[in-house]
Amino acid sequence: MWRPHSCGAAVAGMVVALLLQAIPAAAQSPVRTPPSAAAAAAAGDATRGEQLYQSRCGACHSLDANRVGPRHRNVFGRRVAAVPDFHYSAALRKRTFTWDAATLDRWLENPGALVPGTTMGFRVSSAQDRADIIAYLRDHSAPSSP
Amino acid sequence: MSVVGKDLQMRRQLVRGSATVLTAAGITALLGARGAALAQKRTGNAGQDVGVLNAAIALEHEGIAAYTIAAGSGLLQPAVVKIGVTFRGHHQRHRDELIKVVTALGGKPAAAKSDAEYATALNAAALKNQTDVLRLALKLERGAANAYLGLIPSLATADRHQLVARMAGDEAFHAAILGNALGDPIPTDGLMFGA
Repeated sequence: MWRPHSCGAAVAGMVVALLLQAIPAAAQSPVRTPPSAAAAAAAGDATRGEQLYQSRCGACHSLDANRVGPRHRNVFGRRVAAVPDFHYSAALRKRTFTWDAATLDRWLENPGALVPGTTMGFRVSSAQDRADIIAYLRDHSAPSSP
Repeated sequence: MSVVGKDLQMRRQLVRGSATVLTAAGITALLGARGAALAQKRTGNAGQDVGVLNAAIALEHEGIAAYTIAAGSGLLQPAVVKIGVTFRGHHQRHRDELIKVVTALGGKPAAAKSDAEYATALNAAALKNQTDVLRLALKLERGAANAYLGLIPSLATADRHQLVARMAGDEAFHAAILGNALGDPIPTDGLMFGA
């Protein structure tokens, strides 16, 4: 349990834990050959994508609730700016494309390049990370989605 | 000069520019496309940044509401409430700084929703104990740190980059405290925020 008035002990504990964890982490790190960017993009890992979604997208988005951004369940195959009870930017309301793997990839890479004037500024620079997040979103969309 | 001061100065320069010879069209005529690009780089893409920073204001509104809801939930120990209220104050400072910049750029700052709306969106009814509350707070703070780092490339000026980077630092600080309170292990790898 957290004891707010024992910061010194907590910091000391953190340092000890760091030292104890550093050695086995270094010794046990597997050697992995990274897949090519194209292969990685084609085969996103939805499990890793869920972790990325929670940590990168979760400040503003949820699957089932409109927050800073619209809800994401069934985003695949959905027309842009089509969640009925979410207030989109004028820039997005003017567009007519449908969300699929390709449009989501371009959106996550640079939203302002795909839709100038959008209020979403968050970018995911790694193609693998984008592929994983997209795989997660596909898993939470209707099976018939593209 | 502060971020707001520079943005105010930039805005005044933009307003004055409409009545002088050196309009964007004039620059283009004199220096060609490169001159216009340089002028754009100097002033920043104010319209785009207003939208992005307004999304950040909306994020801060939600964070402030989350701590208010948590403080009134009856689920937290008094010492934890005190720390949560302090964190809420940090988010209020973020909100206020962002509002200053958006206003200076000629934008209308995003308005807050009601706490009841935030409670619904965050599924606050599902929170049953202090650990649940801390886990939600950690998720929001970690997400906020990542959000600020991830939008830096979309902002046009170094002053705005620095402002949101400073706020990302605050969010990471909050996340570290909350992670420690929950007994989460320290991440083994560096570069634990952003990408």
